[in-house]
Amino acid sequence: MVANKTAERPLTAKPVVSERASSGTGNLALDARDVHVFYGDFEAVKGISLPVHEKEITALIGPSGCGKSTLLRCFNRMNDVVSGVRIEGQILYKGQDIYASQVDPVAVRRRIGMVFQKANPFPKSIYKNVAWGAKINGFKGDMDALVEKSLRQAALWDEVKDKLHQSGLSLSGGQQQRLCIARTLAIEPDVILMDEPASALDPIATSKIEELMLELKENYTIVVVTHNMQQAARVSDRTALLWLGELVEYNDTQTIFTNPSQQKTEDYITGRHG
Amino acid sequence: MSQISQKNTPGQDGLLPDLSGRSSVFERVIGIVLLLCGVISILTTISIVVVLVREAYLFFGAPEVTVREFFTGTTWQPAIGKFGIWPLVNATLLTSFAAMVVALPLGISAAIYLSEYASDRTRSIIKPILEVLAGVPTVVYGYFALTFMTPLLRTIFGKGNVDIFNTGSAGIVMGFMILPMISSISEDALRAVPDSLRSAAYGLGATKFETAVRVVVPAALSGIMAAFILGLSRAVGETMIVAVAAGAGPNNFDSWGEAFSAEGFNFFKAAETMTGHIARISQGDISYASLDYSSIFSIGLMLFVITLILNIISRSIVNRLREQYE
Ligand SMILES: Nc1ncnc2c1ncn2[C@@H]1O[C@H](COP(=O)(O)OP(=O)(O)OP(=O)(O)O)[C@@H](O)[C@H]1O
Ligand SMILES: [Mg+2]
Repeated sequence: MVANKTAERPLTAKPVVSERASSGTGNLALDARDVHVFYGDFEAVKGISLPVHEKEITALIGPSGCGKSTLLRCFNRMNDVVSGVRIEGQILYKGQDIYASQVDPVAVRRRIGMVFQKANPFPKSIYKNVAWGAKINGFKGDMDALVEKSLRQAALWDEVKDKLHQSGLSLSGGQQQRLCIARTLAIEPDVILMDEPASALDPIATSKIEELMLELKENYTIVVVTHNMQQAARVSDRTALLWLGELVEYNDTQTIFTNPSQQKTEDYITGRHG
Repeated sequence: MSQISQKNTPGQDGLLPDLSGRSSVFERVIGIVLLLCGVISILTTISIVVVLVREAYLFFGAPEVTVREFFTGTTWQPAIGKFGIWPLVNATLLTSFAAMVVALPLGISAAIYLSEYASDRTRSIIKPILEVLAGVPTVVYGYFALTFMTPLLRTIFGKGNVDIFNTGSAGIVMGFMILPMISSISEDALRAVPDSLRSAAYGLGATKFETAVRVVVPAALSGIMAAFILGLSRAVGETMIVAVAAGAGPNNFDSWGEAFSAEGFNFFKAAETMTGHIARISQGDISYASLDYSSIFSIGLMLFVITLILNIISRSIVNRLREQYE
């Protein structure tokens, strides 16, 4: 599936990626190198290179259909389950190409968890929702403690501690999304990918998720897709703007929002894009 | 007053649009036709019940018959006036059980394969084959049981142990007959499980098998349960296969002790099921006034009640699970 075409293709892509964004101070958790994604004949991601730094929040922004979700799904090989998809390029996770032939996508997803746009708790109890992933991953320790810890980390414990055995579907939308985050935390991943985690939520639930992200970045690397400019500005450390499958600009969030080097970026963040 | 109200009537002043329904007559006719169709099916059901109950009432009114013996007797032998229904019920239980043991695991596995693993191409080949299996006339299954399955069982377990007619052979073949139904209803239930749940499982590092068995199947459990119960009612009601292959006379018992011994649940013995008995008696040239004849209505009523109970159970299970899973 992964052609080793990186050697033939120039690594330096067209987009402006600042020195600081690409090298930075911390280590890289993920490093996308000239990633192309095709749905059949349609190229949804056109050679994007994007370094993701450890214990930071990286935001992917851009107009609808520009390939944010597609790129995000590349980071934990969730695109593999989509039929007719083809991926080229490399994604390094701690220096190892997750698309190398000997890599098991299931093992990748155990390290790089995902939270989806629409909360999708299992039709099981709150407790089982959190315990499920840990259980199939062979967790042998104190499950009660893990469930509590994960729910606390997801800032949901106080709201559900008295009804752990009720269905996860009985919760509100915002609570369900935090349950999904707790479920991901319970498998103790390194990286958490979030695809518009708050897009279906009201402002209060949204701000809860945002606070949560800021807390989580102490221990986790987060990549988040968002349509909400303020959200990207508030929570992320670095921001990448995608446009029609290409990376327009990637830089410190502050630079992107105050002093972008590309006209397109300025237009987009000020809402003047067509 | 009347002048004012007339002015407000639509269409009077030529400004308001005409809102009177053009299609209202047609709609009403359609409504009546559909209602009639519904009424016909209800009337049919009611008349069947009425006939069953009336004839069964005549049967139980006969001096030779007591309700107590009907339920507690272990011998069904109309010729000597013994009407204990257990031998017939027992045979029905045996064939249905064998059928479910075959149909349930195979049907659910097939459904999981079709819904979670098979490519569209494979599915387009396998589904029609399963449908052919469902379309085979049951009499063909009956002779398949008699001329293939029974000899096979006799080769495996020994001629001395397996009767020529036996409930096991009929039940196993009946399982193959029910299999397409179980797999198709289960597959619908599995496919109805939203992809977001599969994504969630994959996103947590689940394998395809873990996702199928530990997320998709539990989420589809109410549908699978419905498939099970429908398959079971089909097995209980199936007539032709058991008439041909299970046996042409009730496997009577001398006592309840014998009925609940290993002999009573021997799948290799010939036994006549409730449906098989009805079929055989109604074919013979017995008089409509005879007790033999009215006895089959009591069996029919029993069958009706069993099927009804199965349906009620399936509904309540489905409703209970639905609360849990949706
Ligand atoms: N499964 C698929 N099959 C075919 N084309 C797809 C598939 N998924 C996405 N695409 C196409 O790929 C492009 C990028 O889609 P993607 O979902 O990544 O966009 P996005 O940036 O996440 O958009 P949004 O902000 O609306 O979620 C779109 O043109 C879309 O139509
Ligand atoms: Mg998207």
